[in-house]
Amino acid sequence: MAHVTIDQNDTEAALIEATGYDDHFHEHHHGDKYQSGFIGHYIFSMDHKIIARQFLITGIFWALIGAAMSIVFRLQLGFPEADLTWIKPILGKWIVVNDGIGSLSQEFYYALVTMHGTILVFFVLTAGLSGTFSNLLIPLQLGARDMASPFLNMLSYWFFFLAGVVMFYSLFLSTGPFSGGWTAYPPLSALPQASTGSGTGMTLWLVSLTLFVVSVLLGGINYITTVLNLRTKGMSMWRMPLPIWAFFVTAILGLLSFPVLASGFFMLMMDRGLGTSFFLNEIFINGQALDRVGGSPVLYQHLFWFLGHPEVYIIILPAMGIVSEVLSVHARKPIFGYTAMVLSILAIGFLSFIVWAHHMFMSGVNPWLSNFFVVFTLIIAVPSAVKVFNWITTLYGGNIRFNSAMLFSIGFVSMFISGGLTGIFLGNSAIDIVMHDTYFVVAHFHIVMGIAAFFGMFAGIYHWYPKMFGRFMNETLGRIHFWGTMIGAYAIFWPMHYLGMAGVPRRYYSFETFDAFKHFGPMNKFITVAAIVVFALQVLFVINFFYSIFKGKRMKTKNPYGANTLEWTTPIDAGHGNWDGKIPVVHRWAYDYGKDGKEYITQITPLEEGEVAGDH
Amino acid sequence: MEVADINKPLTHRNKIHPKLFALWISFASIIMMFGALTSAYIVKSAAGNWLEYQLPTQFFYSTGVILLCSLTLHISFSSFVKEKEWMYKSMLLLSFVLGISFVVIQYYGWQSLYAHGVDLKASISGSFMYLITGLHAIHILAGVTAMVVAIIHAFSLPFVVTEKRKLRFRLVCHYWHFVDFLWIYLFGFLMFYK
Repeated sequence: MAHVTIDQNDTEAALIEATGYDDHFHEHHHGDKYQSGFIGHYIFSMDHKIIARQFLITGIFWALIGAAMSIVFRLQLGFPEADLTWIKPILGKWIVVNDGIGSLSQEFYYALVTMHGTILVFFVLTAGLSGTFSNLLIPLQLGARDMASPFLNMLSYWFFFLAGVVMFYSLFLSTGPFSGGWTAYPPLSALPQASTGSGTGMTLWLVSLTLFVVSVLLGGINYITTVLNLRTKGMSMWRMPLPIWAFFVTAILGLLSFPVLASGFFMLMMDRGLGTSFFLNEIFINGQALDRVGGSPVLYQHLFWFLGHPEVYIIILPAMGIVSEVLSVHARKPIFGYTAMVLSILAIGFLSFIVWAHHMFMSGVNPWLSNFFVVFTLIIAVPSAVKVFNWITTLYGGNIRFNSAMLFSIGFVSMFISGGLTGIFLGNSAIDIVMHDTYFVVAHFHIVMGIAAFFGMFAGIYHWYPKMFGRFMNETLGRIHFWGTMIGAYAIFWPMHYLGMAGVPRRYYSFETFDAFKHFGPMNKFITVAAIVVFALQVLFVINFFYSIFKGKRMKTKNPYGANTLEWTTPIDAGHGNWDGKIPVVHRWAYDYGKDGKEYITQITPLEEGEVAGDH
Repeated sequence: MEVADINKPLTHRNKIHPKLFALWISFASIIMMFGALTSAYIVKSAAGNWLEYQLPTQFFYSTGVILLCSLTLHISFSSFVKEKEWMYKSMLLLSFVLGISFVVIQYYGWQSLYAHGVDLKASISGSFMYLITGLHAIHILAGVTAMVVAIIHAFSLPFVVTEKRKLRFRLVCHYWHFVDFLWIYLFGFLMFYK
């Protein structure tokens, strides 16, 4: 180890040097030539830490676009008579001006709703959340130099980027982006002549999401291989920190469910381009009967929701893993029920594959078959409740630090409970038949997988920001961000439950002609105002994020939170390869907080004589 | 790709190389994709209005060709390990020719189907047939491309048996055997599922 000098005041580095595993890292001439130039370092980087930041910043870009879209359609819903001429410079012909009053065009309203869903579900909460933190934490928390294949990892990001470019381009088409809903059900998605967005907009949507599937698969293959093959010495599966378990199961879900969506996409492409009728049967357009017979649109729904349901766990599991870690670190307590936490992640992952038809209770699925899907859906409440119980019990009696990361983690638990409970309503087919396609559903999934997943993401960003950028984000702005978002998010989605129970259907452009729903105007105004406030707070967060990269408080010690996991043993500005010198060897699980009178004991600390390991 | 070996010392502890492991994991997703298509086939055929037809004889020939190709590729690999250069190179070239012939025979199979009135649009069963065999052919072409890379390696690099080259060649072989077995499954499925 001739080239590495260890500062002896740095006890962690000295400990790694004394007990670590020598992989002769610095005796090889590694690929640092890829790191030498700006392009190799920041653009076509193969360092998982840079790729994580690329995913995060691209995710933030898309989150701003997706959220801004929701503000535009909320303006239509809350203030249908307002003059929107002021957005005309941005939206152009989609703002129709009549008698000096500009209003949102109806086609574009549907396009906005569709794009908001697609962007948030896939680009932000899949790539931006699991892409960012799987990349950052899997090698760091497992004690690996990088992913199993850094090259595939780089490709994974660039396929995502390409998917984004195609989708972004589709926003500027003269016929507008796809407008048939984020689920892209045929026939709207299968027939180019079905609506304005069904032509080129839908073609680009399909191309973009196919590229996205490739990105997810390349990433997932890498995550699984790394977790199973590249754990450092002593890091048994049962000593892995909970985020890694969550990312691991998330990757398996993605790997098994996205190809099924791809199959559906291929069939859709053939229906669109080659004249087959996989999903089409007896369609009339403009009074003309098409000669496309024999297919079934419900077949597409099966293929879509076979991905679609695991997809919601692909979104929420990483958030759960992040929250478990952050709660434990900042409550200064071991996570309660580690084994139960792991088993519940596995149970949720398994169950996610056998509940997809609960999205299709209204599609003419046999009611007898529905019963099975109802039962399995309700069983998911069991592992979910185990997790909630364990989070609350971890907090109980903890020496809690109420910093931004911790606040968002606690907020996550609150959101997950609120949104999870309405899931029990909707999982019952008898209730779902009434609630289907109403704002009750919108409220449910936004709280449980939208807001909750965002809270997990925010917790992760605030917590690992120093690891990513060597600086801290501003705490005061962070707390303003939390409290505003927490109250604001409930203000947006809580009233939607009432709208839903009153039968107000989702995705409608206007309720002016419905006597039954007219009197909800003030409530819709309230929701829109709350949404604007929450959006402004997210802009504040983004400003804080970018300002802190350059001007935030510097990280002076390697382990500012007194956390046990391996990522806090790397140098503050770790290069490609993460550790100078040896790789740390793990001697205990990640949750030895408050044990034997010590506040925390890092995973690299050997067991003392006579000490019983905190894990099994 | 020096960076790709950044974890190399750790990987020596494993019985199976992580890259090979990663390849096997990718098989799981390919299986899910074809599993979805054949499941959709089963569901759709149960709904009735289903055209039944005989598989073209060409598909029997192509099955033989792809099995033979797996065999020659395997011989090529074991010759490489045993440092029999001539056998390694000639069997690799033969595998490439057989791989290409598979796709060509499939093409004649599709033409024969079309001539017998099973066209892409007329019935869903025909559409499924072309989609499933077509997607499989694309996976075969990916394997043929991998073989081209292996051939370039074989003829441009000096003949030395190193661990790295063994691994690369093994990746090609495993992928090829996989798409071979995938075809056997699909062929059996299309033939026997009624």
